[in-house]
Amino acid sequence: MLVLMPWAAIVALWYAIHYSGLVNPALVPAPHAVAERFVELAGQRLPRDVWMSTQRVFLGVALGIAAAVPAGFVLGWYREVRQFIDPLINFFRALPPIALIPLMIVYFGIEETAKVVILFYAAFFSGVIVMYEGIAQISPIYVRVARTLGARDLEIFSRVIVPLTVPHMLTALRVALGVAWATLVASELIAAREGLGSLIQNAANFFLLDIIYVGIICIGFIALAMDVALRLVARRLVAWQDRIA
Amino acid sequence: MKPRISFEGVSVLFGGLKVVDDVSYAIGEREFVSVIGPSGCGKTTMMNIVAGFVKPSRGAVLLDGKPVAGPGPDRGVIFQEYGVFPCLTVKENIAFGLKLAANRAGEAEREEICARYMRLMGLADFADAWPKTLSGGMRQRLAIARAYAVKPEFLLMDEPFGALDAQTRSAMQDLLLAVLAAEGKTVMLITHSVEEAVYLSNRIVVMTARPTRIREIIEVPFGYPREESLHEKPEFGELRSHVRELVMKEYAAQSRLTQEEKT
Repeated sequence: MLVLMPWAAIVALWYAIHYSGLVNPALVPAPHAVAERFVELAGQRLPRDVWMSTQRVFLGVALGIAAAVPAGFVLGWYREVRQFIDPLINFFRALPPIALIPLMIVYFGIEETAKVVILFYAAFFSGVIVMYEGIAQISPIYVRVARTLGARDLEIFSRVIVPLTVPHMLTALRVALGVAWATLVASELIAAREGLGSLIQNAANFFLLDIIYVGIICIGFIALAMDVALRLVARRLVAWQDRIA
Repeated sequence: MKPRISFEGVSVLFGGLKVVDDVSYAIGEREFVSVIGPSGCGKTTMMNIVAGFVKPSRGAVLLDGKPVAGPGPDRGVIFQEYGVFPCLTVKENIAFGLKLAANRAGEAEREEICARYMRLMGLADFADAWPKTLSGGMRQRLAIARAYAVKPEFLLMDEPFGALDAQTRSAMQDLLLAVLAAEGKTVMLITHSVEEAVYLSNRIVVMTARPTRIREIIEVPFGYPREESLHEKPEFGELRSHVRELVMKEYAAQSRLTQEEKT
């Protein structure tokens, strides 16, 4: 029950703002109006929007992390490579994906590919840095211990480095998911007909604030649900980790 | 006696800095040799040469007459910082070496070895515990059990008990002696503690300040098994003060050296 308290507080605050008269009530639709709109949309395009958006985020993050993990191993392990590549990665990481959208339209058209590429881009660059920073921080003592016990290079990689990297993979995944959801709306601005981003974009064109709220709240809850699921998996996989809390 | 580990005119340079200077001595079968000297003098470097992590700039370290080619499971190494794998349970840590191609054991044998060392090291109740839940002394015992599991002929220890409190330390020393009595090993121990060196070893190699040379090799006349009460014996006290005097001089020399380097 206690978990619901902050949510109830937010809704209460929302009502307070709506009825306070400080803001024109037309600009802040009441929570129940948004809820009604949600129910209405849930029977129409909303399920399809949620499905499309989730699918894009999933695909983008899956591809991005699938590339970030091996790249992170190489960069984390070989200092020489890292020194070369690190500035490059930081260069691309600093570019906001939204700024790349016009280029993506030119190169990948306005179909699914462009959106997935944008999300891939966002997921890869946010994930790879977490990966290689994490790997570079693995204490060399474990590698030495493994060698004195007779481990060969491949065994050191598969039995020492990979297991010790699992927490960093999960962190990379979490960071990437966060960034991907944030980038989603931008990616769906590329002439998307379906998706929560396009729902919001269309609503904005007709000044339908309640629909914008529905879209935003949906994105928030789906991202939250994914994060919770990921944390549950993490708790299982990295029970060995020493944490402050 | 045929030497098992022998240092032959070993010198090590790191960059332009000479760390180890023309060191020669030998460790025989089942001998327990302690190497003692000021911190930062190059003791650990000497152990790392035997372990196969550092190559001497001049001279050679021979294992049974052959130069050390790299790390290997014949030499169990106990590091100062233990290096217990945090992502493996106590039992999995001990089993780690036994699952490697170099010394793969069948499951039944592995179980038996794990059980034996967990019992010996007092870890039997913690088989499935994560290392984060263990105390410093338990982690140290786990590191020793893991090294023992692959049946090394040599045991190389770098200040293994340095981080432990006095009581745990003393208990660990007695446990080490008991385990060594059960399965003989040839041991090289790097330590700061004169007390520890005298209590555990056959021979003590006292090293000078950097670049480190052998100051003196001291035979310890006490037989095994040794007991706590040895600490109270007058002969023990005499030997201890002799070694301490030598070591203190070298510590003073090393700290002068460090001061000069700072200024």
